This record gives sequence, C-alpha cells and structure tokens, in this order.
Amino acid sequence: MSTSALLETRNLSCIRNDRHLFENLTISLEPGRILVVEGPNGCGKTSLLRILTGLRLADGGEVLWRGEPIGQQAADYYEQVNYVGHHDGVKNELSCIENLRLARAMGIPSNVGLDEILEQVNLYAYGDSDVASLSAGQKRRLALSRLLATESLLWILDEPFTSLDKDSMKLFGGLFEQHLQRGGIIVMTSHHDISLPQQALTRLKLGQQV
Amino acid sequence: MNNRLSLSQAFVFLLRRDLLVALRNRAEYAMPILFFVLVITLFPLAIGPVPELLSRIAPGIVWVAALLAAMLSLDSIFRSDFDDGSLEQILLSPHPVAVLVLAKVCAHWLVTGLPLLIAAPLLGQMLGMPQQALPTLLLTILIATPVLSLIGAIGVALTVGLRKGGIILSLLVLPLYVPVLIFAASAVDNAAAGFDVSAQLTMLLAFLFLSLSLSPWATAAALRMSAS
Repeated sequence: MSTSALLETRNLSCIRNDRHLFENLTISLEPGRILVVEGPNGCGKTSLLRILTGLRLADGGEVLWRGEPIGQQAADYYEQVNYVGHHDGVKNELSCIENLRLARAMGIPSNVGLDEILEQVNLYAYGDSDVASLSAGQKRRLALSRLLATESLLWILDEPFTSLDKDSMKLFGGLFEQHLQRGGIIVMTSHHDISLPQQALTRLKLGQQV
Repeated sequence: MNNRLSLSQAFVFLLRRDLLVALRNRAEYAMPILFFVLVITLFPLAIGPVPELLSRIAPGIVWVAALLAAMLSLDSIFRSDFDDGSLEQILLSPHPVAVLVLAKVCAHWLVTGLPLLIAAPLLGQMLGMPQQALPTLLLTILIATPVLSLIGAIGVALTVGLRKGGIILSLLVLPLYVPVLIFAASAVDNAAAGFDVSAQLTMLLAFLFLSLSLSPWATAAALRMSAS
C-alpha cells in the first residue's frame, strides 16, 4: 500500500440478491491512473462504481480517499468527485447552458467558460435549445461535459461512450488523456475499445472469482 | 483556488431551477390546483341548494380538498430527478444535502401550495363561509400547507425508489397529515363561529417549525437509501 495512492479500496465486497458479486477487492490508484472495469453484464461493474461514489454502501470493506474512509469526509470527497452514471443526470426541460450552470452550482466550478465547453463537445449550436430536443448521443455529450464544467480530480464514469459516435469517442478519449496528464484519476466501465494511454491503464476484470 | 458557490447561492440556484422546470411543465403542475377547485365546486352541486349546510361544512371541505391536492402533487418533488439521474448529482454535491432538499421542497410549495392560498378564499366565499372565517382560512393554509410539503417529502424520498410507491406513499403520509387537518379545520370552524383560534394556530406553527427543522434531514437520509 503506497502512501501516494489517492483512491484505495480495502477488501471491498458486494452482495446483490444473495449473489456475491465480488469479494476482497483491493484497488489502489495514484494520480494519473485510469482504471477500466470490465466483465459481463450483471457482474457488478455499476455496483462497484456506485460504491466508489458512496451512493451505495459496500457490504464489506471500505473506500479510502487520501487514506481516510470517504464516509468520514463526505463534503471534501464530493468536491473531488465527478460521476456520470447510467442516467445522464440532465433535465429535459432546461437548455444545455442552464444544465451546465446547475452542475456548476452543485460542485466546484472550473475556470473554463460554458460556451467554450459546449464548443469543445460540439454542442455550441445547441446551447439554448431544450435538452428534450437533443438526440441520445448529444445528451450523453452534455452529461460528459459536466466533467469540464466542474473542477474535480476523480472521474467515475459508467459506460461513458453509450450512444456516442466514433468521433465523439475519440474526442472524449483525448479529454480523458488530458485529465490524466493533469494528475487526475478516472475509474470507468466500458464495452468499447478505445485507445487509452497504456502506461496509465489498469484493467480490472470482474465476474471471475477474485 | 476554490470557486465553490456559497450554500445560500446553491440553495437559490436549485430553487430557481425547480421553478423553471415547473414553469416549462405547466400542465403537469396545474393538476393539484385544478383538482382542489374541482372538488370544492362539485360539493354544492352534489349536496344541493342548502346554504346553511354548505356554510357549516365549508371549512372541512376546503381543508380535505387542500390535503388531497397536496398529496396528489407530492410525487413530483423527487420523481423526475430520480428518473433522470439528477438526484444522484444532488446527493454527490459537496453541499449539505438537507439544505438542497429544503430548496426543492420550497420550490414545490411555491408551485403547489401558494396557488391554494389564492384560490381558497374565493372558494370559501362560494360555499358561503362566514366573512370572519376567511382570514383564519388564509392563515391556516399559509402555515399548514408547508407542513404538508415537508412531511410529504419524507414519504416521497422513502418510496421514490419503489416501482409502485404510490399506495405506500399515501398510507405513509396520511396518518401524519391527520393532526394538521384536525387543527386547521378546527381553527377555521371556530373562527366561523366567532371563537378565539390562537390555540389551534399556535399548534400549527409548532408543527411547521418541527417539520422545518427535522424533515430535511430525514428526507436527505431517506433519499440516500432510495438511491442506493
């Protein structure tokens, strides 16, 4: 156990519907690392991610941030976490800009302008349109653009590339790389093959007994 | 370097956002007030032209209708946020969740409780409620409808994760609504008869402060359970 690790788990286990999804899972992530969780459907990828965010409680073991259990420093931890889950977490009734503004109010706003962010994710032309009129892929891009609108070290992403086209996948792959270079950490699940910097990459296979 | 918004700013932001969503979803949020007006207008038609009887039972009718209208609107506090994942984002905010919850409940009250305040005196008049009871009617609605929203929020937070939470929700919150109904209706009733109502109003105020101080915490804890 190195002291430089930001995010660690100790003997994490998760039980769902009487099935042991994983047991004694120990992970340790230093700044600049990306963890890709892989495995068949229903193997506990999403559960693991939700445990890392603290939305779900682990059935055993603990999650540590800077060496302290996350439950004991919730406010400090949540300043550092950005989670894009299965649901996009954007409001259909609001415009893209309004959604991003709200995301900023709920976290630590970054110094990048909102227009600039929308331009980066190719949604600039849709800034003022209601999210309800966007396609699934565009909504996903808006959800992922929250990562840029707020300042956070740890990105937890559940299938971030769902309904994205090839160009957008490449675009966000690049943004992920920049985040890693800045010393950020990414934990994600993905069924897609994307090019990620090999030296920073850790793969975790769930589904076979650990 | 920390640009984090102050808590009050975040509160106002979430409140404004919920009001904006309600404004753009007018039809859905007009349901409770429409229900309130319809139920009350149906009573004279069903009971018949007996002014003494109507004016005698007017306080009860108005309050039962207000309570049911409040219950009808409860689910909308957290439902859409739960379904689209916004709730997760709120729970993962570094701000205290209880305060953010309070912002949402405030918005909900402004959208569903405040219209009752405007409609109630008119409907009271229509039922022939005595003039001297109208100020008390307004006061009870002003004090007690926030209590309904605050208590209801706990119930919704507990049931929002269930597939068919509607029935459980009504069973859960109705017993807690009954004391509010008893004191509010009794206040209006006594005012109509020309008695002093300070005891009932004080009791309602006590309910308000109690729920204001306890409900956000309970709601936040219940939301965490529902989201996991």
